Amino acid sequence: MAKMTLEELRKLRSSQKSEMERRDVEGKEIHIIVGMGTCGIAAGAKMALDSFLDTIKSNNLTDVVVKQTGCMGLCYSEPTVEVKVPGMPDIIYGNVDAAVAKEIVEKHIMHKKMVENHIQDKPAGDIIK
Amino acid sequence: MHYSLSDMILDLFQNSIEAGAQRIHLDIVREAEELKVCLKDDGCGMTEGELEKSKDPFHSDGIKHKHRKVGLGIPFLIQTVEQAEGSFEIQSEKGKGTLFSIRFNLGNIDTPPEGDWAGLFFQALCFDGEYELIINRKIIGEEGKVGEYLLQRSELQDILGNFNESGAMILLRDYLKSQEEELLDQ
Repeated sequence: MAKMTLEELRKLRSSQKSEMERRDVEGKEIHIIVGMGTCGIAAGAKMALDSFLDTIKSNNLTDVVVKQTGCMGLCYSEPTVEVKVPGMPDIIYGNVDAAVAKEIVEKHIMHKKMVENHIQDKPAGDIIK
Repeated sequence: MHYSLSDMILDLFQNSIEAGAQRIHLDIVREAEELKVCLKDDGCGMTEGELEKSKDPFHSDGIKHKHRKVGLGIPFLIQTVEQAEGSFEIQSEKGKGTLFSIRFNLGNIDTPPEGDWAGLFFQALCFDGEYELIINRKIIGEEGKVGEYLLQRSELQDILGNFNESGAMILLRDYLKSQEEELLDQ
């Protein structure tokens, strides 16, 4: 990859924005929240985050908000990821490696079907505000 | 123990965010077999007593995790530096901020690999909240040849808008990767 300048970055962003405006996605946002505490990172949360971004990009999805958070208190099942899709219950997935992250985007987000065998309980009590 | 140095620095960086820092400077400078990391924030800082307690792997203030003792990540730094002939210094002042000056010895076989600096910068830039982050990444090669790049969060936000939006995040990741790749190629 050639070194990108700030000016090139600005141009790419503005063409991306005009594409988004054309699709009118306001208020229909999907949220993916990746646990990025020490435990999450040690278990491969960075790979999961990369896989989320790659799959979002390859499917041309524009209405997704990706956030990172600290430890969700489920260290035994890291990497953990919370997925919020309008019209569906909020789900916390556990043991999300790159392949599972791809599956979450393709099944849960694009086809409204939950990914079995990776659904966890709520975060630990001391984390919920 | 962290797998890589970049993961360890992320832990310390997260402390700065949670200390309410508005302005954070991060310098990552490699010269020959030495990696110097300087992390400076204007967060809530620590008293001398608190700083001493932070070196305990199980010390936490009980606010973020009420029933768990998960520590601040500082003991990981101390362990790594001590086992691999590095050095560190922490200066902190209550209400003013904290400064870490760290020197890792890359020539020592027990020093963990450097890891993914572009990935660290990406995460450090994408935390929620309003804060300024200035990153200076530099490699001083043989015969004093210097390669470097500078990142400023406010400038990148001005171009990309909200980093949490996936489109902006993808562009930011590509931008950071391209900066780091170019630097390593030099």
